[in-house]
Amino acid sequence: MDSLSLLANAPVLSVQLLLDGIMIGAIFALAAYGMALLWGVMNLINIAQGEFVMLGGYTAFFLYTAGIHPLLGVPLAAVVLFAFGWILYKTIIFRVVDKDLFISILATFGLSILLQQLANELFGADVRTAQSGFGTRFLFDGLVTVADIKLVAFVTALLVGAVLMLFLKRSRMGQAIRATAQNARAARIMGIDTDHVYAWTFSLNAAICGAAGALVAMTWIVHPYLGLPYTVRAFMIVIVAGLGNVAAVLTAGLGLGVAENFAGFILGAEYQAAFVFALLVVILVWRRFRLSRERKYLK
Amino acid sequence: MRNLFNKRTLTALGVSALLVIATGPAGAKVEGDTIILGAAVSLTGKYSTNGKNTIQGYELAAKRINELGGIKVGGKTYKLEIKYYDDESTSARAAQLVERLVNQDGIKYMLGPYSSGLTKAVAPVTEKYKIPMVEGNGASLALFNKGYKYLFAVLSTTQYYLKEAVNLAAEVAKSQGKKPSSLKVALAFENDPFSQDVRAGVIEDVKRHGMKIVVDDKLPPDLNDMAATLTKVKATKPDLLIVSGHAKGATLVTRQTAEMKVNVPMIATTHCDSARVAETLGNAAEYFLCASQWDRSLNYRDDWFGSAEDYAKRFEKDYGYAPPYQAAESSAAVLVYVDAFKRAQSFDTRKIRDAIAATDMQTFYGNVKFDKTGKNTAKPMVLYQIQNGKYIVVAPSKWASAKVNWPRKVPK
Repeated sequence: MDSLSLLANAPVLSVQLLLDGIMIGAIFALAAYGMALLWGVMNLINIAQGEFVMLGGYTAFFLYTAGIHPLLGVPLAAVVLFAFGWILYKTIIFRVVDKDLFISILATFGLSILLQQLANELFGADVRTAQSGFGTRFLFDGLVTVADIKLVAFVTALLVGAVLMLFLKRSRMGQAIRATAQNARAARIMGIDTDHVYAWTFSLNAAICGAAGALVAMTWIVHPYLGLPYTVRAFMIVIVAGLGNVAAVLTAGLGLGVAENFAGFILGAEYQAAFVFALLVVILVWRRFRLSRERKYLK
Repeated sequence: MRNLFNKRTLTALGVSALLVIATGPAGAKVEGDTIILGAAVSLTGKYSTNGKNTIQGYELAAKRINELGGIKVGGKTYKLEIKYYDDESTSARAAQLVERLVNQDGIKYMLGPYSSGLTKAVAPVTEKYKIPMVEGNGASLALFNKGYKYLFAVLSTTQYYLKEAVNLAAEVAKSQGKKPSSLKVALAFENDPFSQDVRAGVIEDVKRHGMKIVVDDKLPPDLNDMAATLTKVKATKPDLLIVSGHAKGATLVTRQTAEMKVNVPMIATTHCDSARVAETLGNAAEYFLCASQWDRSLNYRDDWFGSAEDYAKRFEKDYGYAPPYQAAESSAAVLVYVDAFKRAQSFDTRKIRDAIAATDMQTFYGNVKFDKTGKNTAKPMVLYQIQNGKYIVVAPSKWASAKVNWPRKVPK
């Protein structure tokens, strides 16, 4: 274990891994938060989550080539994706919302393939990036580097999360969304237009993914096939964190990012994903074990 | 509408059907005064960009040959034409379409699809029908250890892609008064057949020089972040970093070495020209070494296009952009056929196959001479270095137009 001894000799490296992990984890958390929202409110598992991230990335990239700073691209990508989500809901998603979970998974799976291929057709398979022109910070005599852009991405991710939480707590629409999540039928009786709420929720999720995608374009790369890792990780985070808990989603997201980075360093990049999924299995088994010990009646 | 199928139409249909049967597959390889080559190439799907380059390479060569009067076989002059199908970047479709080209369209001379994977899918088909295939876009070594008799590749195979970088590092070490065996090397290769082939070639030379491998990561195909690997690289301070992961790997390593200030004196990668790292990432790409099959500044020439530079200018005139090597090697594949037809003076596939196997020529793309397995052993890989935002050939020294800049400094 060369890498382990390396880490033991230079513990400061773990700071680097920790920071990089937290920063990619924040973006995972964003995508996961959107997914939890959809799942909780509409009982819809969105397989096209990663494709929304990809489209957000392309929006930011094209704005960047048009001369708009990618940072400004974050809110703009969110707006564009919100509109896109609205159109998708009104044309496709509303047909599957009340259906079996399996149907909606199939529908969004088809959507994800469609979006990938469309992006490939329209934007080409080339790898793109948006340059922010930010510098890099040094800590510990240059041993640890923090790219400003990653810092910005991290803060933005937190900010978006916070705004979302406030929106759900305070605004009328947020309250309606939460009411629908609790009991759609009761909400309808109380005069809430649940179809409108669903449209809002779906578009809101697309907007969050759009913002995440813009951050990805600034920090890493964009290409038509980047979606899947984000979908899979968002799914995993939601499973670990549960549906109704923003703080848990954030913690799980950051934890996942950090765990991945350490696994990549110690075991080698080829085991990075394998380690994360092994971890998921362990968590699920452990949780099941704990539940069975509590001997509660579970529906 | 009722008169649609009157007697006359029916007769016409019958006659034309008979004609089709009469002139069917047997004569279709050469129709009148035209020799028809066939290819399944990706016009849609993930290889659509490179598929387009491939087709334009084929087309430009055919056009040029026809401009110069065509090919003389047995005292008669023939024009060249190529029939394409879109394989949608999928293996199954490519194999199907080549089967169709052979069985329905009667094509007897095949050109390759784009990418090693699709070539792998297509080669068993052409082999089955004993139809020669000359390709310029399947570089995987696995294509050439199956004992295929009808497959020929004009490009250098994958294991040669970055060998030159290892040798260049050894040369630099010697000129600095250091032993090559004192060098430390970090490797990060995507976990796919292409990159692992590249890695096998690199490892061979690393071992030959006795260098020490300090990092040896396999990048997962769906990874969008190299931070963990690069942290390791930074900590182990290697003298040479070699990365292969298609355009994605090239872009990531360029971007993230700059951001994380990973200070390695020599960094080499594949695909940086197709990822356009110098154009999009600017300073971050300075002094990167890039593997390439071909460059317009090389001093090869032939009777059809002239020099490599002449070819590039012609391509620019016709298509409005500088030719990527994918186009150049596709053109070269067509030239190999032209040369073979000339020498064989026959349309018999067996004779053509033997003529191709005996090829020994120079094209604007480089020398072509096939070994027993069908790969071109006469053309070396080229190594660019990005200097002031331009791709300058620095190795192998015989064809190089400039010296390598060393050590690499981390840009501001």
